[in-house]
Amino acid sequence: MSQHLKSNVIPPSRQREMPRAGLTWIGQSMKRVEDPRILSGKGGYIDDVAVPGMAHAAMVSSPHAHARIVSIDTSKAKALPGVIGVYTGDDMATVVDPCPSFASPPITQHPMSIGKVRHVGEVVAAVVAEDRYIAEDAAELVEVEWEILPANVDIEASAAATGDALLHPEDRESNVALDESFSFGDVDQHFADAHTVVKRRLRWQRSSAQAIETCGVVAQFDPFKGGYTIHSNSNFYNFIPFVIGGSLRVSPGELRIIPVLTGGSFGSKVFNHKIIILTAGLARLAGVPVKYIEDRLEHFTNSDSHGSDRLYDAELAVAEDGTFTSLRFTVMDDYGAYLQFGVGTHGNAMAQVTGPYQIQSFGMRVIAVLTNKTQQGPYRGFGSEVTNWVMERMADAAAEEMGRDPVALREQNMIQPDQFPYMIPTGNIYDSGNFQKVLAEAKSMFDFDGWRDKAKAMRAEGRCVGVGLATCMERSVYGPTEWWSLNNKETPGFTLTSTPEGITVRLDPSGKMFVTLNSPMVGNSPETVVAQILAERLTIAPEDIVFNYSDSQSGFNGVGPQGSRFTAMIAGACVSAAIKLEERLKRFGAHMLQRRPEDVELRNGTVAVKGLNDQEKPFGEIALTSSFFRLSFPDGEEFDSGLETTAVYDHPLSTDPAEDRSHLGIFYPIVGHICHIVAVEVDPGTGKVEILDYAAVHDNGTMVNPRTLAGQVWGGTANGIGTTLSEQFIYDADGQFTNPNFAEFAMPTANEMPRNFKLGHVETPSPFTEYGIKGGGEGGRLGAPSALSSAIEDALSDHGVKITSLPVTPPILRGLIRDAEQGATA
Amino acid sequence: MTKVSIEVNVNGRTRHATVPPRMLLSDFIRHELSLPGTHVGCEHGVCGSCNVVVDGRAVRSCLMFAVQAEGAEITTVEGLAQGDDLHPIQQAFWEEHGLQCGFCTPGMLATAQELLAQNPDPSDDEIREAISGNLCRCTGYEFIISAIRSAAAKLRERESETTLQPV
Ligand code: FES
Ligand code: FES
Repeated sequence: MSQHLKSNVIPPSRQREMPRAGLTWIGQSMKRVEDPRILSGKGGYIDDVAVPGMAHAAMVSSPHAHARIVSIDTSKAKALPGVIGVYTGDDMATVVDPCPSFASPPITQHPMSIGKVRHVGEVVAAVVAEDRYIAEDAAELVEVEWEILPANVDIEASAAATGDALLHPEDRESNVALDESFSFGDVDQHFADAHTVVKRRLRWQRSSAQAIETCGVVAQFDPFKGGYTIHSNSNFYNFIPFVIGGSLRVSPGELRIIPVLTGGSFGSKVFNHKIIILTAGLARLAGVPVKYIEDRLEHFTNSDSHGSDRLYDAELAVAEDGTFTSLRFTVMDDYGAYLQFGVGTHGNAMAQVTGPYQIQSFGMRVIAVLTNKTQQGPYRGFGSEVTNWVMERMADAAAEEMGRDPVALREQNMIQPDQFPYMIPTGNIYDSGNFQKVLAEAKSMFDFDGWRDKAKAMRAEGRCVGVGLATCMERSVYGPTEWWSLNNKETPGFTLTSTPEGITVRLDPSGKMFVTLNSPMVGNSPETVVAQILAERLTIAPEDIVFNYSDSQSGFNGVGPQGSRFTAMIAGACVSAAIKLEERLKRFGAHMLQRRPEDVELRNGTVAVKGLNDQEKPFGEIALTSSFFRLSFPDGEEFDSGLETTAVYDHPLSTDPAEDRSHLGIFYPIVGHICHIVAVEVDPGTGKVEILDYAAVHDNGTMVNPRTLAGQVWGGTANGIGTTLSEQFIYDADGQFTNPNFAEFAMPTANEMPRNFKLGHVETPSPFTEYGIKGGGEGGRLGAPSALSSAIEDALSDHGVKITSLPVTPPILRGLIRDAEQGATA
Repeated sequence: MTKVSIEVNVNGRTRHATVPPRMLLSDFIRHELSLPGTHVGCEHGVCGSCNVVVDGRAVRSCLMFAVQAEGAEITTVEGLAQGDDLHPIQQAFWEEHGLQCGFCTPGMLATAQELLAQNPDPSDDEIREAISGNLCRCTGYEFIISAIRSAAAKLRERESETTLQPV
């Protein structure tokens, strides 16, 4: 182990339930508990919420990328019948303060602009009216006078901008919000000793999650009755009161956030704090409950969830025999107009930046640049999808420069099965894995060698067919140090270190088990997962469990589904709750059976005497007796009525970053592995890519529900295909966002998906989580772009086209082919 | 704005209402009739999550005014289940894991109803083609295709059971 990692000691495992064969419910493709109500139209999404007296809001949005607001005239809008109020940023500032910012020092963002706008779509005024139609009519009557300022669109130009082109002259004298350098291990030495240094300039352009449901809020304010009551489709409802209480000028306890079923997130609804503050402020100003649901255009232009937009200058140091020794890069990231989560997306990427390879050191300079675009937020992968692609592009580049087979070179550098837990140069660990097995499985499933020969033969006939393979990491179960570990050491900001997940379990006198969750359903399967784990641990039937969601006042700790954490974390909470409940069940049950607690066990939903088949008490009877017949039990508080328990599970394995940032600590250690292989054909005349064959093998440790995991892999792969081949946010030179709609931002339809997708799983359990479960919510998007880029490059190898920028939409790819052809003839 | 009286049959029940002529059918169904199962994803006719079945055809309710539905027979997702039983298409979506967040699902179900009424035994490519106007951001479509395939088989079976019944 490198000297710089010596102080980063791996804590002992807190695993209580060992991974094992012969489980009853864990590992079954059980139908989802959530589905019947959703399928029948009774899910209850944010726009389904209605409260008495509710009014509706519509926004007046900026048509300009960068402009001063000279004046706003709301008189005509206010005069429209049905309008309750029209409010500007100055009005809003009388009831709310700026949005919270994880950037340190922060960058000021008002939920409604004051003084100037910094991107197209930024809200400058809002109408509250009796219905949405009237509100939108009135919004069109608001007149704004603008003074146009220079728009920053290009990442490198914006970094050098001055004067009127500065986005936040009051906070920063430059559009560079952060510029930090890190060195983990002997980077300089490794590069000095390298036989070959492979260099590439790589570009990853912005897109976003675009869940089919947009963000929305229903907010009420009552100064005499507890403050704000807010319905929101945020992923994070038990945490945000603490983040936004300050902005709303109330204590977190005066904010009741009620969750709803959420129509997809993929990161885009992680916080949703701006829309909550905005709508809550309107409710307070208007004195009525207010509903605001973004329309699609507003979701594209103002929802603060654009994905990474990065320019890398990357270098890989390679020894003569092909060993990768060090990786370093400078990365500029176009964060848009604000920096809500600091450079958390780069912190995230530090979890697995060196991929599945034994790379000894890593260095980075990260430059966060502000431009006049909608600001970034999370999107499936949260920055690691980009570094996976960078690492895999560099591995392919190294193979090419050294005349090596790309797969053999990868295998040579891979971490071996006996090296786990493996600490990478940044200090994060990979808990377990068998990358070789995943690769072998994927190759055989795909008939990799056969396909390579076939593709070669097809190329010889003049067709552009190629095969690409990627071996990538899928970190899961995030620790929050990723949000701040790359901040300047002097101003690290809010150095949060907790990500707990809680659960309440109550055995009702009727024998039903009532479970309260503290994180919402966003398309994952929180109820199904909990049903399977509690059924397993307590020997009950999943259909005897009934689910509820807390709100932020009635609830307990919960951090929500993100960073592929929920399944592993809630499994921990379920085990903790089950241990406590088992103890109580045995105490009451043993008394009813006139035995000692140590002589009984849980068996098929009963407390039963060990070794005997006919002496048992069903849980229902125990719950009934303990709830209604107190005098049947001895005195003493251990026999207090009822069977209920609340439990919390903290992150299973994390350490602090080193004071001097020589390493970042362990923060994302439950790590899966994926191998994607794809065959494509490119039409050189149009630049269109057709997927001919696709195989993906994922190792997410012990699988709780193979079918729902497969659904995650499929869905993530569809996102990755879109990211690679069709999805691109196009801004013109004036900062106009030219394609913010579903017609021109081309997300894959069923027609764009591979016809014969083959999916395999390898199970290498985690030694740190309950039952060995790892998260698996992001893998598809973490692997598909790399495999596809490789395949397209292979398909166009005779044309000499290199894939160094994504996406490669047909016009972009056609342009690359044309440039290569012209280069060849010139 | 002058309101217009309309009469539509929704899920087997006749509904009378007075609506502004510009009210979208999607808003009418969701907010006036309190049937929130029909979802609105884009309001510009691309995503298909607002699809409902109008006179046997799956249509975008965000691209129609409520007044245009005068006299029509409409089925929304709420009209699919019979009593305590999910409709075979809903059942198939459940069994095959054809939904994750469920936001696109009512629209997919409407499209599937139209397809299977016209083509009781569609090939995978025909299913793919039929749902290519419905965006789903969660599933990657594969299990939606399996669900519709399985729904087709269920409906064919139900059909043959009913036709075989002694008169
Ligand atoms: S909401 Fe009607 S097509 Fe998208
Ligand atoms: S299931 Fe979420 S959009 Fe289709």
